[in-house]
Amino acid sequence: MEPASGLKLDHNHQLSLKEFPYIIRWRDDRCKRCGKCTAVCPVKAIEPTVKVQRTVKSEGPVPTPVAVRSITHVVEQVMDMERYCTGCGTCTLVCPNEAIEPELNPVNKFLHYKNKGGDPYKRGGRRNDPSISTLDRLKFTRISMLTDPALDAGRHEFRIRSYIGRILSPEELPLKTEKGRLSVDKGADKFIPPVREIFPIMIGSMSIGALSPPMWEGLAMGIAYLNEVEGLPVVMCSGEGGMPSRLLRSKYLKYFIIQIASGYFGWDEIIHSLPHMVEDPAAIEIKYGQGAKPGDGGLLMAQKVLKLIAKIRGVPQFIDLSSPPTHQTKYSIEEAVAKMIQSMSMAWGFRVPVYPKISGSKTARAVLNNLARNPYAAALSIDGEDGGTGAAYNVSMDKMGHPIASNIRECYLDLVKQGKQNELPLIAAGGVGKKGNLAANAAALIMLGASAVSIGKYIMQTASDCFGDEYNRCNLCNTGKCPRGITTQDPKLYRRLDADRVAERVVEVFKAADVELRKIFAPMGRSTELPIGMSDGLSIDDKAMAEELGIDYAC
Amino acid sequence: MENILALETMKEGHDGSGLGLTLKNLGGEFVDLKKYPVLSGICSKDGKKLLDAFMKKQGFRLRHEWNPKIRPTKNIAQHDYYFARAYDYPAQYKDRPIKEKEELLMSTRIALRKIGEPGESIFAFSFYPDVITIKEVGDPLEVGEFFCLDKDTIKAKVIFAQGRQNTNYAIYLYACHPFFIQGYCSMTNGENTAFVPIREFLMSRGFQGYIGYNSDSEVFTHILHYTVRQLGFPLTYYKDVITPLKSSEIEQRPEREALRLIKQSLRPLCIDGPNMVIGFTPDGTCFMVQDAKKLRPGVVGGVRGKYALMSEECGVDSVVSKRDRTKDIFPMKYDMVVISPDAEEVGVWNQLQG
Repeated sequence: MEPASGLKLDHNHQLSLKEFPYIIRWRDDRCKRCGKCTAVCPVKAIEPTVKVQRTVKSEGPVPTPVAVRSITHVVEQVMDMERYCTGCGTCTLVCPNEAIEPELNPVNKFLHYKNKGGDPYKRGGRRNDPSISTLDRLKFTRISMLTDPALDAGRHEFRIRSYIGRILSPEELPLKTEKGRLSVDKGADKFIPPVREIFPIMIGSMSIGALSPPMWEGLAMGIAYLNEVEGLPVVMCSGEGGMPSRLLRSKYLKYFIIQIASGYFGWDEIIHSLPHMVEDPAAIEIKYGQGAKPGDGGLLMAQKVLKLIAKIRGVPQFIDLSSPPTHQTKYSIEEAVAKMIQSMSMAWGFRVPVYPKISGSKTARAVLNNLARNPYAAALSIDGEDGGTGAAYNVSMDKMGHPIASNIRECYLDLVKQGKQNELPLIAAGGVGKKGNLAANAAALIMLGASAVSIGKYIMQTASDCFGDEYNRCNLCNTGKCPRGITTQDPKLYRRLDADRVAERVVEVFKAADVELRKIFAPMGRSTELPIGMSDGLSIDDKAMAEELGIDYAC
Repeated sequence: MENILALETMKEGHDGSGLGLTLKNLGGEFVDLKKYPVLSGICSKDGKKLLDAFMKKQGFRLRHEWNPKIRPTKNIAQHDYYFARAYDYPAQYKDRPIKEKEELLMSTRIALRKIGEPGESIFAFSFYPDVITIKEVGDPLEVGEFFCLDKDTIKAKVIFAQGRQNTNYAIYLYACHPFFIQGYCSMTNGENTAFVPIREFLMSRGFQGYIGYNSDSEVFTHILHYTVRQLGFPLTYYKDVITPLKSSEIEQRPEREALRLIKQSLRPLCIDGPNMVIGFTPDGTCFMVQDAKKLRPGVVGGVRGKYALMSEECGVDSVVSKRDRTKDIFPMKYDMVVISPDAEEVGVWNQLQG
């Protein structure tokens, strides 16, 4: 209750603007008070307000200053940490006079305060670490020149392709020789696991539900176009949350990897569609972990569970959908992994590669070795700490996880020791294209031992202009208020996003990456197969990193 | 010596940093020793003692020895002792199958290599029946004269000669072509850009002989050995392993199902060139094969009973000048030229048509 009189208001517990991560720079002289910025702000960090202004005016031939008090409209930043400015800059986009702009405040104390009610800070986005990642420090230093002619990226034939699926060791191949010709020995009764030829960069798991309808549709259309028209076999993972039944029953299903995670969302629809499928999916991914939030489950907040999502996922509307951190019905790595791989393989008659995805972790090698012994395991996908997410605790995103570079390298070298480096493909993810160097990061991971890489944030950024960055800009994916319309189910927001344009960008991105990969591989003398494990082509400017990765040091 | 003179004609194409010779189907003083394994190498005085002691301990009995006459020259650092020694198998191996004998010979060669490597006291290049290997660092012509090969009576039906030492790594006797393992031999013109993953793949096969790799070209020999001996594929599939066809091209081949599996399972052994590989197999079949872009030259020419497989035509001219040059074969990217044992006939196998 306000004191009746005699006491000043206490400002002591009020935050100052300096504590906030972004400070709104608003220019009175440019603003025409149209109100677009305050209307569009996804977090209501700014609001129109009125102020009494005292101005001194002087009119007439001789100075006759007069103080005038007037009521004026201003745009003001709200001093409430629950409505902090995320720096997304939507206000700047809609302002007709360039009168408003959020400015990063590098000395902010945001994380000290963002836990009101004992509720830790949750957000979407990526790890807020703007430093240069290991992937961006790797250089391609073995250039073919005089001892041998470099290949010509424009003239020579290139096959930038990889495999997902368990590949038999040469010794295990059921082959027989008849009249100097090899043939498959059908009588050998040997299981030949399914293998798919793919473009080595794939779109990682982002669910319908996490993504808005035009975003997911745009990605899917782009993928279909790349395969059908451009001849680039790019595949995309559904994420946990199912797929529209129309797509499940279409011929385009073969370009999609269907994910199953601990919540099993969407699988009712998938199972019911099984008898009607005209194509097998590219693969099945079993999610055990995610780079952005290792050890934490998925969460689709109630405000994003609208009618369409509820139908696809087979759940009621407007309830929080949490996927537990672990698959609740399983209790051990041998049982969990083997049984699920077996079940999923069986559902499609052992015609579809089934592989697990885990977070980057020191324990990755234990999982790997388990899979190496399982003849039905089709690959291992490892998602490093720089992976993105739709919703997670800030602490999980920023502090949990393992960088992908050394994780993938140690796993690859472990396979080399066992002679299984070609049998179990490794898929690397987490921070690929963090600074925009998609092809270079992908090539570096391949040379460290990955068979393919997976991207998420990069494609959100480049195909749909996501505002997010490593300075905690925007990162509202979890709230359903994505100002770009990428991660929202609110039609008012997602109608801002044009699915056709997203698809067009997806196509452009992959075509460009294909050219860039050739530009990297050609001077290194690789063209017909990927340079998987060609670690002598790489160097880094840090001796400890070079030693850890088993590559050269160059400076 | 004829072969070395042919090398000399092609000297603009090599840097003359060394000479390697592998002789097969031996004549001369080895003509009656065909079933006895011949150990070829170099050693120091101390190395010779080690060698004798080791071979005795293993149960090998020396049957015949050939040492090249040496004509010293200032450009070649002379080693103490060059030799090709035919041995009797240890008694317990006499009646064993050839595969077991081959394992014994290879493990003996590797053991000698390991004994001799630290002080470079022993170099063991090959240990196999009816095969001799000679290597030395220096200009090929000078090396040939150094060994008095122009006067020597050593004879062979299959002669492989290479005049270039390792370019990209240190000059070292073990890095000198041709490379040999259990009856399979190859030499290469070019560089192997995918050396590291191929080496890792071979070394992880659990086969004792896949070691060395002082030259990136040694893997070509081991891939040949792995494909034909270990996996039991017919020779032409060597081409399918090192330069696999595109998926659409595989569809044209009758054995497409098998080829798809081979392409996947042997993916790490794919080469990208530039390479031209010349090789032979234990039965005396010789072949020439190109990388998938034909980035290096190669020509096969000759007459029945005498064929030359060379990098350049002037080399063929030097060795078989009286031949129908219109019948010379310049294998292209899909081709594998195969010469049957005793150079009876030459054929071109086309990978697209199988």
